[in-house]
Amino acid sequence: MATPLYRQSTSKYGVDMMSELVARRKVAIAKKAPKRKEKKPSSLWWMYTPSLVIVFLFILYPFLNGIQLSFTNWNGFSQSYDWVGLDQYKRMLTDPTTWLVVKNTLLYGIGSTILQNIIGLLYALLLNQSIRMKAITRTVIYLPVIISPLIMGYIWYFFFAYQGGALNDVLLFLGLDKINALANPEWNTWIIVFVNTYQYVGVAMIIYLAGLQSISKDYYEAAQIDGASALQQFKNITLPLLMPSITINMVINIIGGLKLFDVIIALTGGGPGNASQSMSTFMYDLYFKRQDAGYAATQGVFMAIIILILSLAALVYFRRKEVEA
Amino acid sequence: MTYTDKKKKRLFAGLAIFITLVHIIPFYILITTALKAKGDFSSKWVFPKQISFENFSEAWELTNLGNSFINSAIITLFSAVLLIVLGSMAAYPLARRQTKLNKFFYFLFIAIMIIPPLTALVPLYNLVVDFGMMNTYDVAILNNVAAFMPLTIFLYAGFIRSTIPKELEEAAKIDGASTLGIFFRIVFPLLKPITASILIISCVYIWNDYQFAIFFLQDSAMHTLTVSLANFFGSNQNKLNLVAAAALMSMLPMTILFLFLQKYFIKGLASGSVKG
Repeated sequence: MATPLYRQSTSKYGVDMMSELVARRKVAIAKKAPKRKEKKPSSLWWMYTPSLVIVFLFILYPFLNGIQLSFTNWNGFSQSYDWVGLDQYKRMLTDPTTWLVVKNTLLYGIGSTILQNIIGLLYALLLNQSIRMKAITRTVIYLPVIISPLIMGYIWYFFFAYQGGALNDVLLFLGLDKINALANPEWNTWIIVFVNTYQYVGVAMIIYLAGLQSISKDYYEAAQIDGASALQQFKNITLPLLMPSITINMVINIIGGLKLFDVIIALTGGGPGNASQSMSTFMYDLYFKRQDAGYAATQGVFMAIIILILSLAALVYFRRKEVEA
Repeated sequence: MTYTDKKKKRLFAGLAIFITLVHIIPFYILITTALKAKGDFSSKWVFPKQISFENFSEAWELTNLGNSFINSAIITLFSAVLLIVLGSMAAYPLARRQTKLNKFFYFLFIAIMIIPPLTALVPLYNLVVDFGMMNTYDVAILNNVAAFMPLTIFLYAGFIRSTIPKELEEAAKIDGASTLGIFFRIVFPLLKPITASILIISCVYIWNDYQFAIFFLQDSAMHTLTVSLANFFGSNQNKLNLVAAAALMSMLPMTILFLFLQKYFIKGLASGSVKG
C-alpha cells in the first residue's frame, strides 16, 4: 500500500529534520516578535494612491494652476501669454460687473439659505405632527431634490415664460397685463432664488425632521407642567436643541447657493445682459464666450475665497451657538 | 380639550394638503404641456382634452435621447463603481493606520472638499485638451470620480472608524490573510450600508450633472441627457411641448427609482449633505 505523500516526505527527511525545521521556525518567530512591536504600522499608502492621483490631476493641480493663470492675460487658446502681475485683480476690483455678479451670488447663497431654512423648519414642524397621509406630502416636497437642477429650471420656465407661461395665463384670466418676469432684471434674480428654494427645501425639511424627532418628549411635558406656552416651548426647547441641524442646513445651503449654475442657465442664461449672472455663470461666459481665460481664472480664485470665507463663517458662528445651547 | 385637538388636527391636515398641491403645480404644468397636441393652444392649467403622445416620439427622435440615455448611464455606472472600489480602498488605511503620512493625506482629501470644482475650470479644460481626452467617457468618468472622491473617503473612513471592529481584521491577519484579502473579504462586505448611501449620492448627482458635461462632452454623439436637453431647449424655445416631453422622459428613470426606494434615497442623500 502506497504511503500518503506527507508521510513520505517525513520519512524521507526523517523526524530529526522535522524537529530541526520546527526549532528554526521558533527561533525565527522569537526574533521577529519584538521587532514587530517596535516597527510602526505600515501606512499602506498604495491603497490610496489611485484616488490621490485622480484627485490631484483633476482638482488640486488645476486649482493651483488656476491661481497661476490668474496673473496672466491668457486668452484660452493661443500658445503664448504674458505675465501681467496683479493687473487682472485690479481689473476685477474696478469692473462694475464683478460687483453686480458678487451681489447676485450673495443673493443666491444667502437668500435661498434663509428661505430654505425658514420654510424647511415650518414644513418639518407640520410634518412632525400626527397627520394622515403626511408621507405623501413629504415625498412631493422631497422629489425635486433628485431631479437635475437644469430640468428644474426648465420646468419653472414653463411657469414664468412670457409666451404661454402658466403665470401669464392666470394674470390674463384675472384681467391683468402679461409680465415678462424672466427678462426683468429686478425680478429674475428673485425667481432664481425661489426656484432654488423650491428644489432644495426638502433637504432642509428632512434634516429638521430628524432633529425634531431626536428631542425627548420629557422636556415638553415638564414645560407644560410649568405652564409654558407653545411659543415659549419652541423658543426655549425646540430651537436650542435644534442647533446642530441648523448648522448643517446653513452651511450646506450657503455652499450650494453660492455655486448655483444650472438653474440660472435654464431660466435666464445670466441675462438680460449680466443682470442675473452668478460668479459660476460669469466665469463660464468669460472663458467660453469672451476668450478671456486669464480673467476667468481671476474670478475663479475670487469665488473660491468668497465661498471659503462664508462657509467657514457660517460654520464657526453656528457651532458657537451650539456650545452655548 | 379633545375638541380643540381635533380641530387642530384638521387644520394641520388641510395645511399639508395645501402645501402638497402647491408643490405639485410645476409637475402638473410639465405634464399638461407635454401631453398637448401641437394645435392645442389652451392654457397650461387645463388638462388636455385629447391626450397626445406625439410630442414624446418627436422629442425622442429630435434630441437623439436614446443615445444620451446610454451615455448618461455609462458615465454614471462606471463613475459609481470606481468611486466605491477606489474610495473604500483609500479610506481603509486612512481610517485604520494613524501614521503621519496618512494623517496628512486624510487632511488633504478633506481640505479638497472645500474647493469649488468650477473654480478650477480653466486649467482643467486645458489639461483635458492636452491629454486628448475631450469628448471621451474617460474624462467625464474621471472628473466625476475626482469630484466625489473626497466625500466618499470621508464617509467610508468615518464608517470604518465607528462601526467595524478591529478584532475581525486582527483575527484574519493571524490566519495569514493578505491586506487586500482582509479588506475585500472581511471589511468591504461590512461596509454595505454606507456603500448604499454613496451609490445613491453619486448616482443622483452624476446622472444630473450638467456643469462638467457641458464643458467636456461637446460632441453631439457624447452628449449626456442634460446636455442634449439644454441644446434642444436652446433651439426650440417656441416648441415648449417638445421640450416638456423631453424633460419628462429624462427625469423619469431617477423619479421611478426614488419612488420605489424612497427610504434609502432620503437616508443616503442626508448622509452626503455635507457636500451640498
